[in-house]
Amino acid sequence: MATGTDQDVLLEVRDLRTRFRTDHGEVPAVNGVDLTLRRGRTLCVVGESGCGKSVTARSILQLVEPPGRITGGRVLLHPDPDAGGADAGDGHASATASPAFTESVDLAALSPKGKEIRRVRGRDISMIFQEPMASLSLVHRVGNQIGEAIRVHNPVSKKEARRLSVALLGQVGIPSPERLVDSYPFQLSGGMRQRVMIAMALSCEPRLLIADEPTTALDVTTQAQILDLLADLQKRRGMGMMFITHDMGVVAEIADDVAVMYLGNVVERGTVDDVFHAPKHPYTRALLESIPRMGGARRDRLPAIRGTVPDPAKRPTGCVFRDRCDSAMPGLCDTVDPPPIDVGGGRQVRCLLYGGAEGRGPDDQVGGTGDDADPTPRTGKEAADVDAN
Amino acid sequence: MRALVIRRLFYMVPTMFAISLVAFLVIQLPPGNYLTTYIAELSARGQSVDQTQIRALEERYGLDEPIFVQYLRWIGGIVLHGDFGQSFQYQRDVSDLIWDRVGISVALALATIVVSWGLAIPIGIYSAVRQHSVGDYVFTFIGFIGLATPNFMLALLFVWIAFAYFGESVGGIVSPEFADSAWNLGKILDVVSNLWAPVLIIGTAGTAVLIRVLRANLLDELRKPYVVTARAKGLPEWRVIVKYPVRMAMSPFISTIGWVLPTIVGGEVMVSIVLSLETTGPLLLQALRNQDMYLAGAFILVLGVLTLVGTLISDLLLAWWDPRIRHAQAEEV
Repeated sequence: MATGTDQDVLLEVRDLRTRFRTDHGEVPAVNGVDLTLRRGRTLCVVGESGCGKSVTARSILQLVEPPGRITGGRVLLHPDPDAGGADAGDGHASATASPAFTESVDLAALSPKGKEIRRVRGRDISMIFQEPMASLSLVHRVGNQIGEAIRVHNPVSKKEARRLSVALLGQVGIPSPERLVDSYPFQLSGGMRQRVMIAMALSCEPRLLIADEPTTALDVTTQAQILDLLADLQKRRGMGMMFITHDMGVVAEIADDVAVMYLGNVVERGTVDDVFHAPKHPYTRALLESIPRMGGARRDRLPAIRGTVPDPAKRPTGCVFRDRCDSAMPGLCDTVDPPPIDVGGGRQVRCLLYGGAEGRGPDDQVGGTGDDADPTPRTGKEAADVDAN
Repeated sequence: MRALVIRRLFYMVPTMFAISLVAFLVIQLPPGNYLTTYIAELSARGQSVDQTQIRALEERYGLDEPIFVQYLRWIGGIVLHGDFGQSFQYQRDVSDLIWDRVGISVALALATIVVSWGLAIPIGIYSAVRQHSVGDYVFTFIGFIGLATPNFMLALLFVWIAFAYFGESVGGIVSPEFADSAWNLGKILDVVSNLWAPVLIIGTAGTAVLIRVLRANLLDELRKPYVVTARAKGLPEWRVIVKYPVRMAMSPFISTIGWVLPTIVGGEVMVSIVLSLETTGPLLLQALRNQDMYLAGAFILVLGVLTLVGTLISDLLLAWWDPRIRHAQAEEV
């Protein structure tokens, strides 16, 4: 399951690095991210603002804008094992113009403006964004914007595209789609706009949907409706979904797998049950503890993570979380950059409590100074403590 | 949309009335009138002026009557008979004097708009999309030079170069051989062939401004999330840019159509004088200096009305261009 060789793996992100060039030098926004996305499963990427989750999502489709650029790593999109067979679904994907590719493609190696990446965008992988008001063009009709998405990848007439747009609007729960297809986004409510975005993203039956905080800008009721809609569409179409959020409640509701990000790294990933019930990384534990619970004693202060996220331009050496970590090991955590450690059951943790300091030198490690310490007994002891929790 | 047009046409009536009033008052503002100027001229030449002759002239032109009577007679003639009065200086009907000039001014303004848009839009898009590229800097440099050089200076340069190097005497939009002929194809072709130089000279500053405006607007729009959405659909980059951000960045262009006309008419006065173009500018200036009030008043009124019409056209275009404006205005009705 963890190796990523099975047929259900859609997309693998390996050691992805995206940097932004600024006046103060290069700032790494994504610093070696590993993710695995599977068919029919939802991966939630959680983390605080600025941890690089959105940039990771945009890097997958080469949508990072200058001064940002991908500086390393691979984004492997695997071919659909039963391409052609799955098209029967909603009737219109059978008109797909360009044949599906048969070999894995490294999207990170493609030119951001080239034809190859454009064929993937919207067809194999599509994306919805946080602000439906700002993400739709306000001066083009809804039907025009959806129809355009269909016509980029499918050789259909405008009339047919319009018919398909109406059908899609119906599927995402828009009332009287024949009328609303001719409206402008500024005439719709926030929830309706996000439904339009979803209809647009689903128009070419993508295998993967990347949703970048799609419910953050919506009120709670609408948020719940959109979440239900996305979960339902994902299940019916069997597509993979990458869902970016900072809301642990949302994660609990829709995730199958979770990846926790902190300052450009995935610090822990695994299935939602494993991560929620037995969080391993100190950051994940702290995050979960800081969620307010119904029925908890009211006078207890809600635990918060002390300190603030370091400036990505001045990344500390070693573990980037160590200054805020209750289990930080002096002399070790400040020198060794924790590598991803497989801890069984498809889980990965980037924390020296679980190993990784045994003189191994990941390429970006600072000077190998971690060798000075003798971490083995200590790590073992700490790890045992963690497991006992 | 039709309600919008009707409402806007209706609003134009009181505005036109106000413009006519202001036009008339403005030409009355300087002390004296055509006769005092005329008398001053005559006495400067050492001729004596007979008081009875002055009185006779005053009576003939109605200059002895109160201002509002003069205004009513003037505007009444225009509205009822299309009669703009007499030019004191030329001793001819004002209508005979102005229409050819207004026509040429409007043609010049329209040609300048077309040329400056044709240049500014592609250059502005290029400069924004390739911000900080060599081409962007080159266009910015040329643009600032165009912006900083007074148009009459360019006109002088042009006249000098044409004369010194090509032995051509530049001047006029209508060549002498067509000066008195009626409008026909030959005359139109002649006008077009003479128009390009004034159009380029008058258009430089405007083009430079438009390039800057479009570049700045487009730079704002290119960063908006809807552009990323369009890219994420898999659209080719040029289609993304032309369909979405350029469309948004063009709105200010459309709203400038209304005041392009008066600025061109006002701004080209000196260029027209240098190039001796038969536009409204030089004649208006002359009429104002001589206190040839009906001629000046007619020009100001016609230019005011043209501005109103330009504003109406640009508002309607904008409503057509941007559905948000259309719907906001439809709700107001």
